[in-house]
Amino acid sequence: MSKGSVTSPRKAKESPKTGISPASKTPGKSSSKSTGDTGTGAGVTRELARKGYRTMLEARLLEEKLAALYRSGKIVGGVFLGRGQEALSVALGLHLRRGDIYAPLIRDQAGRLAFGDTILDTLRTYLGSILGSMRGRDGNIHRGRPSEGYHAMISHLGAMVSTVCGGLVARRFRGESGVVGATCIGEGGTSTGSFHEGLNMAAVEKLPLVVVVANNQFSYSTPNDRQFACPDLTARAAGYGIVGRRAVGNDLIDCLRVIGEAVAAARSGEGPQLVVADLLRLVGHGEHDDASYIPESLKKSELGRDCLLLARESLIEKGWMTEEEAVAWRDAVALEVEETASKVLREPAPDPVDEDWNAFASLGREGEQ
Amino acid sequence: MSSITYLEAIRLAQRKALADDPRVFLYGQDIGTFGGAFKATKSLAKEFPGRVLDSPISEDAMVGLAIGAAVEGMRPIVEMQFADFSTCGFNQIVNQAATLHYRTGTACPIVVRLPSGGTPGSGPFHSQSMEAIYAHYPGLVVMTPATVDDAYSMLLEAVALDDPVIFCEHKFLYYHLKAEQLPDQALPFGKARIARPGRDVTVVTHGAMLHESLAAAEELSSDGYDIEVVDLRTVRPLDTDTILASVARTGRLLAVGEAWPWGGVTAEVVARVASEGFGLLDAPPQRLNAKETPVPYHPALWGTHRPTAGTIASSLRHLLEL
Repeated sequence: MSKGSVTSPRKAKESPKTGISPASKTPGKSSSKSTGDTGTGAGVTRELARKGYRTMLEARLLEEKLAALYRSGKIVGGVFLGRGQEALSVALGLHLRRGDIYAPLIRDQAGRLAFGDTILDTLRTYLGSILGSMRGRDGNIHRGRPSEGYHAMISHLGAMVSTVCGGLVARRFRGESGVVGATCIGEGGTSTGSFHEGLNMAAVEKLPLVVVVANNQFSYSTPNDRQFACPDLTARAAGYGIVGRRAVGNDLIDCLRVIGEAVAAARSGEGPQLVVADLLRLVGHGEHDDASYIPESLKKSELGRDCLLLARESLIEKGWMTEEEAVAWRDAVALEVEETASKVLREPAPDPVDEDWNAFASLGREGEQ
Repeated sequence: MSSITYLEAIRLAQRKALADDPRVFLYGQDIGTFGGAFKATKSLAKEFPGRVLDSPISEDAMVGLAIGAAVEGMRPIVEMQFADFSTCGFNQIVNQAATLHYRTGTACPIVVRLPSGGTPGSGPFHSQSMEAIYAHYPGLVVMTPATVDDAYSMLLEAVALDDPVIFCEHKFLYYHLKAEQLPDQALPFGKARIARPGRDVTVVTHGAMLHESLAAAEELSSDGYDIEVVDLRTVRPLDTDTILASVARTGRLLAVGEAWPWGGVTAEVVARVASEGFGLLDAPPQRLNAKETPVPYHPALWGTHRPTAGTIASSLRHLLEL
């Protein structure tokens, strides 16, 4: 498995003459020095790595609870887990700041928690509590608070790329700089027209956009050789004239380092950044899916190693966390998850009688003003 | 001021929106220096630097960008080069813009301008009327201005609304329709207008078909018939009250639409009158629409494909005998 590397577009283009003030630097001049880096995690602090591990643990235990609630019939519809993708997901969430724009996708529970979402609102949305941010009108992974820069994904893959672009354009109109917008997608989503249109648009406008591709080898059940023919998705970045980077998807420290560099580059005006990470989803597409299509050999390969266990080993080895701390954290998180679930299970469900059944923001149900 | 065309009214409304509201920006293909395929944004890029932006040919991402900007408090106006191409942005319109407020409580105040409807020689992909498709989705307002006054005032109204608006401006009216001056007042939002009062039949219509219907009504007046013509102005919301009040006066309904009949605006009008005003009717409600083929290229075919003053007059005579 290759360690992190950077591919830059061959030739940096001049800034377009649009009204939106162009970025101060061109994408080709990435300051990243990570080419050939062996993933030592240079620049990743102890504090960040500990926060990363702790948040991955929260995501993992919360998702285990979600799966249990689904199996016991308390959650309807579906449960879609990010098991095996927490390291990559959390790295993006941790490098974003309040005031940035974030559109997570299906397997980003860890990133969501790192960005500021809570165990409480996750459970409320999955269980359909009227007190949750989606009030039972939408569920599971379709949650967010768009007015706070936390976009609520739609199921149509690739759609959130241009939406985040729009948020960044608005910030530019307001004269705000140093803002980053980020979204995540799987390798299957890169086959959509929306993904292409969004990345091309971001490149034209030189937006501070970071797109993280979790290449988990299967789009639901479809293997990569039926999804795309290019040998390395990172190479697509050059086609858009943006910077492409590669991270080791189940290595927390490498994900933190590479995504940290991508976010910093976007924040300093170097234009859109594409980060691709290989990994393996350690569960089915949803909890209804046994993932029998994933070969045993792949599960036993490097790709199939659990990022949470690897992170634990790595942090203990570096002396950044003790065994005792890891156990104590696990107990504390498990308790929080259990207590929160018990509380949310007692919260009111939406009442069809109280529901206003109105899709308009400024009009009555019949369209009256 | 000399006479103002329907198209110029749209340009001037965008100019006023840009001048009055710093949250407004325009986004679309060729709309910057070039001024748009129809010149609906002529000179606006120069007058408002940085606020009239050329987009790539990416209808999906154009609407996505507008949605993301609206979430942050902007008031984007997206120009589709032709209404037909909005199908490439359909997902963002119906799945993201239309659902956003209901799902999240965050408003999505975008305007998507759709140069709509047929003109001679435009063919299957530059002639479509999309209003029924968008009106189907809860959360979208669909406007179909048929006069110069409405083109101007309703576009400003669209920008002011907190909901996503599909603004179906009719290309056939761009140069044909003229007014002496811009309006200084407008009908309330969502109200249909009695374009011609009458007592024998109610014609309910919108867009370019308003003018065909008025011509048909004029033709029948020489036979002594008094036809009332209702201009819907917005198809969603649909002003059922004004339609029913008119049918109460005339007892007869003909719904006329330039689009195809299946599940269209005329179907909705007839359904509402039949279910809510059955007792008002003296004859079965009728409708007249385009023929059910793609919109043909040749003017001879096109002129027969859509309803005209002549076919509307025939339908009216038939209805008067029922």
